[in-house]
Amino acid sequence: MKISAIVTLKNEVLDPQGKVVKQTLKNMGYSNISDVRQGKFFEIHIKEKDPIKGRKLAEQVCKKLLSNTVIEDYKIKVDE
Amino acid sequence: MNSSVIVFPGSNCDRDIAVALEKFKIKNKMVWHNETNLPKSDLVVLPGGFSYGDYLRTGCIAGKSKIINDVIKHAKKGGLLLGICNGFQILTEASLLPGILLRNKKLKFISKDVFIKVLNFKNSFCSNYKDKNIIKIPIAHNEGNFFANNNLLDRLEDKNLIAFKYCDIKGDINELSNPNGSSKNIAGIFNENKNILGMMPHPERSIDPFLSSEDGSLIFKSLLK
Repeated sequence: MKISAIVTLKNEVLDPQGKVVKQTLKNMGYSNISDVRQGKFFEIHIKEKDPIKGRKLAEQVCKKLLSNTVIEDYKIKVDE
Repeated sequence: MNSSVIVFPGSNCDRDIAVALEKFKIKNKMVWHNETNLPKSDLVVLPGGFSYGDYLRTGCIAGKSKIINDVIKHAKKGGLLLGICNGFQILTEASLLPGILLRNKKLKFISKDVFIKVLNFKNSFCSNYKDKNIIKIPIAHNEGNFFANNNLLDRLEDKNLIAFKYCDIKGDINELSNPNGSSKNIAGIFNENKNILGMMPHPERSIDPFLSSEDGSLIFKSLLK
């Protein structure tokens, strides 16, 4: 089973890299981009067929290692 | 006094801190991160550097390494634990200290001497700073921007757990004297029992008249008391 996890900084946490990317896009002429938040993407392959169990495991992994929940949120998607 | 310095792949201040500890007659052992047992230690030091190449988040992989379980046990029993720079980042990632170190506000690696104010003398690390509470000390980091939510910041202030704040030469704590954007100019904090200290500045780099400052020496002298 393949699971995707996206980790991003919480909204209240300053994301200086995202800010710079947004400003650069603006300078390039993309005037209607109002905000950019930068994050991390993980593709996780799990030896598991039950999507509920797979998601549970991915949740654990996100909480314990892939994100620091003091500053980051994560989203999980079961792909296949 | 016996100490252990934990060495991770990518640590680069491990030998500096060993030299400092030995200078003050603390018997030190270097401990590789893959070990599972700490030698008998009164003090454990997590040194500065770029453990595991700063992969994922600074200090994060080191915070889950094999030796950390024993380091946590040591700290829970009341043993002294000092994290310097990357060591401070590891302490927060291992949940031994609250908060987290974010990337410097201006996205630049900062390596320079700064002034910090010592705010708490009633602990094993800082008692010798009573008569000299504004000190000059080097910092060298890319992720030193201490972040915590307002509740935690209030708790740190109320319980007197802030060890150091960045200041200017006169001791004024303000935005101009904040090199990296840290909340409330925080440069170092304690846990509630004050046996764990995490700090971004490098005391081991200021222990000799040949270096830019000797002010870091007082930490090691305090430890010997």
